[in-house]
Amino acid sequence: MTTVAHPADTDIDLLGHLYRRAGFGATREQLESYAKLSYEDTVEALLNPDPKRDIQDDVLERYIHGEGPPIFVAGWLYRMINSEAQLQEKMTLFWHHVFATGLVKNEHVLAAKNQIKMFRRNGMGDMTTILNDLSRDPAMLFWLDNNENRNGEPNENYGRELLELFSLGVGNYSELDIKDASRAFTGWTFEQPPPLYPHGYYPAKFLFREDDHDNGEKTFLGVTGNLNGGDIIDIIVKSPASARFICRHLYNFFVADEPQVPSWNDVPPLDPEGIAMMEAKFIETGGDIRSVLRVMFNSDFFKAARYKKVKSPTEFIVGVLKMVGSQTEMAPGMTKYAGAIDVMGQKLLDPPTVEGWHTGGEWIDGGNLTERVNFAVDEIGEGLAPGIQALVQRIKDSESLGSAESLVNAVLTETGYVEVSDRTREALIDFANDAEGEDQTTRVIRMLRLAVATPEYQFA
Amino acid sequence: MVTITNGKPPVLVIVQLTGGNDFMNTLIPYTSGLYHDVRPVVGVSEDRVLPINDELAFHPCAAPLKEMFDDGDVAIIQGIGYENSNRSHFRAMDIMHTAEPNSIATEGWLAQALREIDPDTKNVLTGISFGRGLPRAMAAPGVSVTSVGDLDSYGLLTSVEIEEHRARELDIFKRMYTPAIGSGPVMSYLHQTGGDVMTGADLLKTVPANYRSTVEYADNPIAKSLRDVARVHTSGLGTRIFYTQHAGYDHHAIEVPNHERLLTELSGALRDFMADLREHDAAEEVMIYVFTEFGRRIADNGSGTDHGSGGGAFIVGERVVGGLYSDYPSLDPADWANGEDLAHTIDFRSIYATLLEQWMSVDSSEIVRGKYEQINPFAA
Repeated sequence: MTTVAHPADTDIDLLGHLYRRAGFGATREQLESYAKLSYEDTVEALLNPDPKRDIQDDVLERYIHGEGPPIFVAGWLYRMINSEAQLQEKMTLFWHHVFATGLVKNEHVLAAKNQIKMFRRNGMGDMTTILNDLSRDPAMLFWLDNNENRNGEPNENYGRELLELFSLGVGNYSELDIKDASRAFTGWTFEQPPPLYPHGYYPAKFLFREDDHDNGEKTFLGVTGNLNGGDIIDIIVKSPASARFICRHLYNFFVADEPQVPSWNDVPPLDPEGIAMMEAKFIETGGDIRSVLRVMFNSDFFKAARYKKVKSPTEFIVGVLKMVGSQTEMAPGMTKYAGAIDVMGQKLLDPPTVEGWHTGGEWIDGGNLTERVNFAVDEIGEGLAPGIQALVQRIKDSESLGSAESLVNAVLTETGYVEVSDRTREALIDFANDAEGEDQTTRVIRMLRLAVATPEYQFA
Repeated sequence: MVTITNGKPPVLVIVQLTGGNDFMNTLIPYTSGLYHDVRPVVGVSEDRVLPINDELAFHPCAAPLKEMFDDGDVAIIQGIGYENSNRSHFRAMDIMHTAEPNSIATEGWLAQALREIDPDTKNVLTGISFGRGLPRAMAAPGVSVTSVGDLDSYGLLTSVEIEEHRARELDIFKRMYTPAIGSGPVMSYLHQTGGDVMTGADLLKTVPANYRSTVEYADNPIAKSLRDVARVHTSGLGTRIFYTQHAGYDHHAIEVPNHERLLTELSGALRDFMADLREHDAAEEVMIYVFTEFGRRIADNGSGTDHGSGGGAFIVGERVVGGLYSDYPSLDPADWANGEDLAHTIDFRSIYATLLEQWMSVDSSEIVRGKYEQINPFAA
């Protein structure tokens, strides 16, 4: 077997799929340079980003600073667009979807920021650490009232959602399990920071109040003893139900749209074998998320699941901005994109409920489809942004202007959508023919505007 | 049920006051000593208010609303709310949108009504929401609602400046979104949605050129939205439910000037809107419902008021029997909710049931999940 000088095109298409899912997309030019690594090595690099090469918060905040939520979201978007640690940013967004915490209740931006940083720090770590950190996170403790979960007066909000929405799913625990899990988390609270006015934001710090903790005997999923919150988490992570629940979440977020979370007790996974493979790794490693992700991204079911997910508004906007190449420098203008995501139906830091956002087709209605299409078309505009100029040049250089068919192929390839319906392709070819007499640059830009307006472009 | 003499189908216009309007400073218990005691900063002095009786008065900036009230065109729903009123903006608004305070629901109350009114979406404009992003009240699976950010530039590919280019590109868009057999449920839905947007845009683009009016609306967001409602309604496109929003009512701080501005904008816009409809002989069939997610705290905080309960709503229209409905929440501290909020005196679902059944002729029992005692605000 001879070694090829450059990988075959199919590999680049597969890499494009990987980067749309494990990241926020990549241009064809970037993918060609990434293709020096094998697919498996690329997955490995995404799983193990070099912390020294990560974007530093203090540097970011020098350029995008201030305390309002849109400013924080702008900084987060900057990371999604520009961070080399693409999967780390995607996992940060994943945990925000699962552990959906609303800023609207605490109105403490710093606590929300620290929660997101926590997801960035440990999002690919082990499930026990993730749940322990979550249970000590002031934004979460306040969001689900665990600061009011007291010895003798348990507040079951956190205990219930920890089991129902964060780890096990409906049907895998009893009401008594909720009661005793909640008792185990009594006294898990935070030190009240000084008031915002006039002091500004001070971090809220986790506080375990021994004097407010219920040291009585508890029974949780069949284990009896003086259980503390940490014991509850250990039992959860060892339970096969948590393996299934977390793996279904990962599948829904990274592989293909699943039915919504509340139905999971009644509706089996779309791909039981794929889920079983991930679950086995979760159980074998005691809940190591990185190991589960490795199995998932290297699996045939992942590789085959191209264009099977409707993009979230965040994925949509960040994907467009990466292609357009206009936001590679830190700048305060980024805040407008926080508002753009909001009107498409995903207000980051303010999920609609503790259940997070509904995904798949539920992202789409007439209003936000209009917002999506118009956003993408507007960002391409007259083709002045550096990313679009580069795309136009590549298409012109590719000698594909000779026929309408080859031009359409080139445009779809450059934007990442090699598989489109015959109907879409035919419409684009007719357009390319009609616009033949035009200046070639204008013609290509108009083609690019239509390429981001296709139904297929709504899918990752 | 009301019979509309001109034979046109009834239309409902929703005005959402986002942020929690301060009902106590909209309809003011101006002769209560307690009101002035607990609201040293935001309280409105007795000599400035616009009394409607010995106890209650409109805020001075709501003069147009007071005039409409005097004309008998405004029903005031006092003390609207529900048990254990939620103080979170998000959750409280969600409760108002889904008519479900006890668990998380996803289908909007108006979307469910639209499903009854136009089950097969024969007209994509049966429900229109003005403003970017669709409110949950208007959202439910299978219900197509047209969401209009800006009526004058509504539609797809609006940033394409050369009109000839845009027309050609829209033509291609339409082809790409034509439903195809065997493309899967999500793609089919996407095709359908894209097609509906195109259809809606084609219908709506004729509206601005056909509209003439001598009414000059003020330049603010709610006036603009209500003018858009008037323009679409008078074009006769068959819209039955319009949704508009007026934001900024979250007055924790610096309430006095901000609330004054909002009430001025709102009441002026409502007056101009009604005048505009009358000029087009298109008023009788329109009923406006003005609501908010909660009332505010009884006592002020030295600058504004915090989240509370026991709010107020308004039904405005020619066919309404103007006046006060339900009771003003008790000012006796022994009756307060949470020891600090106005206790509600009527459930918001009573009003939904009233509007749905008596005005829109839509069965409300599944939408509000039960039977709620209705009020009788409409002239037969």
